[in-house]
Amino acid sequence: MNRTRLICLAAILLGLFLGGCATVQPWERAALADYKMRPDRDPLLGAMSEHIYFSREASSGGRGVGGSGCGCN
Amino acid sequence: MSLTNKIHSLWIAGLLASATIAAAEVKVGEPFPALAGFGLEGQLPDQAGKVVLVDFWATWCAPCRASFPAYSVIQRELADRGLVIIAVSVDKTKAPYDDFLRKFAPAFATVRDGGQRMVADVKVPAMPTSYLLDRHGILRAVHSGFHGDATAKELRDEIVKLLEEKS
Repeated sequence: MNRTRLICLAAILLGLFLGGCATVQPWERAALADYKMRPDRDPLLGAMSEHIYFSREASSGGRGVGGSGCGCN
Repeated sequence: MSLTNKIHSLWIAGLLASATIAAAEVKVGEPFPALAGFGLEGQLPDQAGKVVLVDFWATWCAPCRASFPAYSVIQRELADRGLVIIAVSVDKTKAPYDDFLRKFAPAFATVRDGGQRMVADVKVPAMPTSYLLDRHGILRAVHSGFHGDATAKELRDEIVKLLEEKS
């Protein structure tokens, strides 16, 4: 396979992969703002997860970054 | 032109086209799109010759909810001088929108952009975002987000300044 064909194939594959990306617009974040999306919605589940993580990794903490929300403001 | 060059040209053209589309949002100093052209649900108040604040909000957005009492105060205070506040909800479902309005009964007009046509056309950068228009419908200021009293004061000052301008 020559170089030109390789470039073509790479461009097509890149186009296919990038086509799967989508930006969630600020006005489309209703589901992300839902209470069910909060990682800290259940204190007991949170404590259990932390315990499992500590037992497995011998470390804890570092979970201060939120994983949901509407991204408002 | 070789095939490689053609691919490069197409790639650059695509990037330029996407940049043009992304930059199509409304800019300060330009006319703001007419609200009547988007099939919004609800009664639009008369905006002719008025200073208009168009606020995009949603019931699921906490800062949006926090802005309502402040906007109600500003609307009550400055309505006689020619201020109209129109809150455009981007809620897709009607029930939470109706519940919220029943509970908080804002002192300003509210309409719903259920199909999210207008908000997508304006390309709102964050929730909430308010657009301040002068008496001729020209966009004069944009406020992204609501940060309590600081935003309310800044907004009120800008509105008063526009109300004092000769039409």
